Amino acid sequence: MLNYDLVVVGGGPAGMAAALKAKECGVERIIILERAETLGGILEQCIHSGFGLTYFKEELSGPEYAARFIDMVEKTDIVVKCDTMVLDIDENNLVTAVNKKDGLLKIQAKAIVLAMGCRERPRGALEIAGTRCSGIMTAGTAQKYVNLDGYMPGKKVVILGSGDIGLIMARRMTLEGAEVKVVCELMPYSGGLNRNIVQCLNDYNIPLRLSTTVVETHGKDRLEGVTIAQVDDHLQPIESTKEYIECDTLMLSVGLIPENELTKNVGIAIDRVTNGAVVDEMRQTDHKGVFACGNVLHVHDLVDFVTMESQLAGQGAADYILGNAPAEAVYVNTTTGNGVRYLVPQRVNVKNPNDVKLYFRVGKIYKGAKVVLEIDGRIISSKKRPKLAPGEMENVIISAAELAKMDENSTITVRVEE
Amino acid sequence: MCYDVAIIGAGVIGALTARELSRFALNTVLLEATNDVAMGATKANSAIVHAGFDAKPGTLKAKFNVKGCEMMPSVCKELSVPYKNNGSLVVAFSPEEMDHVRALYERGLANGVPQMSILNEEELKAMEPSLAPEACGALLAASAGIVCPYELTIAATENAVTNGVEFRRNSKVEGIDFENGVFTLHTPRGDLQAKYVINCAGVHSDDVSRMVGDDSFTIIPRRGEYFILDKAVGNMVSHTIFQCPTAMGKGILVTPTVDCNLMIGPTAEDLPKEDEDNTATTPKGLAQVKKFACKSCPAVSTRNAITSFTGVRAHPDVDDFILGPSKVNAQFIQGAGIESPGLSSAPAIAVYLAHVVAEAIGDVKANESFNGERKDVFRFRHATDEERAAAIAKNPAYGRIICRCETITEGEIIDAIRAPAGARDVDGVKRRTRAGMGRCQGGFCGSKVVEILARELGCDINDITKFGSGSNILFNKTK
Amino acid sequence: MKRELTCVACPLGCSITVEYEGTEVLSVTGNTCKRGDEYARTEIVNPTRNIASTVKVVGGVHPVVPVKTSAPIPKTMIFDCMKEINNVCVNAPVSIGQVVIPNVLGTGVDIVATNID
Repeated sequence: MLNYDLVVVGGGPAGMAAALKAKECGVERIIILERAETLGGILEQCIHSGFGLTYFKEELSGPEYAARFIDMVEKTDIVVKCDTMVLDIDENNLVTAVNKKDGLLKIQAKAIVLAMGCRERPRGALEIAGTRCSGIMTAGTAQKYVNLDGYMPGKKVVILGSGDIGLIMARRMTLEGAEVKVVCELMPYSGGLNRNIVQCLNDYNIPLRLSTTVVETHGKDRLEGVTIAQVDDHLQPIESTKEYIECDTLMLSVGLIPENELTKNVGIAIDRVTNGAVVDEMRQTDHKGVFACGNVLHVHDLVDFVTMESQLAGQGAADYILGNAPAEAVYVNTTTGNGVRYLVPQRVNVKNPNDVKLYFRVGKIYKGAKVVLEIDGRIISSKKRPKLAPGEMENVIISAAELAKMDENSTITVRVEE
Repeated sequence: MCYDVAIIGAGVIGALTARELSRFALNTVLLEATNDVAMGATKANSAIVHAGFDAKPGTLKAKFNVKGCEMMPSVCKELSVPYKNNGSLVVAFSPEEMDHVRALYERGLANGVPQMSILNEEELKAMEPSLAPEACGALLAASAGIVCPYELTIAATENAVTNGVEFRRNSKVEGIDFENGVFTLHTPRGDLQAKYVINCAGVHSDDVSRMVGDDSFTIIPRRGEYFILDKAVGNMVSHTIFQCPTAMGKGILVTPTVDCNLMIGPTAEDLPKEDEDNTATTPKGLAQVKKFACKSCPAVSTRNAITSFTGVRAHPDVDDFILGPSKVNAQFIQGAGIESPGLSSAPAIAVYLAHVVAEAIGDVKANESFNGERKDVFRFRHATDEERAAAIAKNPAYGRIICRCETITEGEIIDAIRAPAGARDVDGVKRRTRAGMGRCQGGFCGSKVVEILARELGCDINDITKFGSGSNILFNKTK
Repeated sequence: MKRELTCVACPLGCSITVEYEGTEVLSVTGNTCKRGDEYARTEIVNPTRNIASTVKVVGGVHPVVPVKTSAPIPKTMIFDCMKEINNVCVNAPVSIGQVVIPNVLGTGVDIVATNID
């Protein structure tokens, strides 16, 4: 059995940032366990630019953003094991992992950072009728084929879902010579960033059809076409709007799901909205010494925020390991008010001496609405935002001074006021 | 060379029959039209081992079902295939339906079904608390079970091949000539001769039968649609839950699978003949499954669906199995019209068909080297830590997890490809190992499985298919 | 003339209004930073974009290595630029920032590798 102060599960941007922060805070023995062949996580296949504007103040591609952290990790004595899959974490923070070289690994950890990322929602979860032919894949799988393996997964493409991965893949496939016929979006608004609609679709005259979905796939061996249809207010397809589109590939970009199978096995409480763990402001779960950050906690739109969140988790884990955490913990749950779908963290230790940032997403598009933070019924801040959209993560800050005034009976609410 | 026996169709009946024939010193060939075994009704059905109370007393269905159900546990054990004796319940949702339940009980007694009992509401709900409040009683058949039909077929084929049967894939029989007591079968991969032919061609068995002039039955393709739900809800029920049967079949069932998922379905819809290979799901069918599954268990929600699929059953117009020598040609043996309870009956049908052929040939010697035990397949997910460590020490490929959702290693995938009658495509790997059957449905591991297949088969990755023929996954290189 | 633009300079995606005559920009409003102003002016006169793709690599771990334009190129040249990218092949090892095609199509912009191989 091996002994480490900190075991980080996942070597993507979240895991690396958490490990580096913990190292910086003075944690000695740290190991990162990564299931892929290299560090970097999903960034390795995200070769487009747009990463790092907030954190590095320059625009980087995914591999470049990852490389900066990989370089930093390599300069430390953090142990990295790639091609290593964590199979189990028990209630005493004993981690079981496996790889080809070491076989089964048993690692006793003082603290654990969960940074497993997320997976894509597959076709089966969508109830699209039709055959099970080849040529139906998630946008992320297609991205791996094109960007890492160097193969074209399709020539005539329909994309379902206008999340950022779908939009990015529309442009990638077009640049590599494929014809992207249409991007369909079930909702009346796109889940992706506006700038990606401009530079990935509009630039290449790829139509975006809102309130439209794929209802049926056709083709015996390889996909030959799809039937699309507009949907009504209840998101049900409207029969009279059905339209056949010839294509050999259907790419799905219909949502990301945090990969919390390990988390659930430990018995950690899961937020039903985020599908991630319930955490405090240092990203500690309800299981002492286990922290979670990045897309395994809640799906982010920008890696820069993943990095910053994971540094918090790294700091929290270091405080826990080194005995620097606030001696007393008084937790207050954060409450979602009107228009707010979720809040992370879900609870705050009011004995924390620093400002606390609450991240949240709204349930629909708002123009010119106010974001209101209420503590104990008092309005602490009320800021007008030009636009709030479900695809864009927002935040509000509770100052350290406000925290200091709170006790176990306090309430924290964030709501949207139109 | 002339084979003693050619079996047409490597579904569960053909594969188990091949295995039974391999007990004899005979030259047997198993012909499959597609790229893999279990590609027809076998891979897409309810995966239930019925107790045998449904069929009318005196029918072949009744006879072989009860016998097959009794044989299934030992066959699965020999072949190292998952089987679970979970028992089944036919639930009454109104006092009137209790009459049905009692009628089924009586029919079961006539068919010789063991271990049946009628439960009252209290007993039923103690056993299955997730049932709808309307549930007021049930027929419990404790001998019923669940099995993985394609694993059974894969294992049976593997065992048959190990015992000397030749397996030929992509060998659709397109025509049959009969001259001087010998059949000539025409396939895209050449002609072959055989003295006896066993017709296990499933939904195509009437077409094959007509090739020798026997038009005594017609197969009506009957579509059934299903959902598979996440393992998180796999224990919603422990028994297989049937509703009272109708003219079109046993209705929508709710059942756990041997892999701990929950399955709901099927619909029953007759299709025109030309749609016999149409395994598309339909919006209407899926909606119907949802609606009726909720009648049994209101908590069933397709929000937990990980996939949906369609099976096409081979429903014969004569309404019973068609088994034994054809009236037109005694060397042409029918194993046709196999619909529910076909899977349950399969072990018994296989024994019967093999013996019909053996007796017809006469004076057949036993295959001295026959071994009915299939070599145990290493399953990382089921192994203890000690077994895992030992396996990795022997073969490091067992230390590399390819499918995260189902915990499937590279070693298991390589084993599946290298096995007798092994996997040749992505779906073949999936059915043998479960790689890609989990929550992400191959999102992460699909491309790795393609790579491993290409490496093992010595071909380019754009030659790898999902399930043979034109189901390629990739086109040309980008650069 | 008046045009509504969505700024692509950063993820904020500000809505910008540009007033212009011919190629002369009269006013830019709605932007929240200097980059937005620059973007709007360029978009009216000569729209440019960054692109990312891959080039063939020989002797590396992967069959291709990712590349990008070192600075935006004119939008009209994107597909010609892709032709250049598709025709080039590099030998491993490749380092981040390594120039794969210098001065692509005379734009003064390089095609550079964005990962190691």
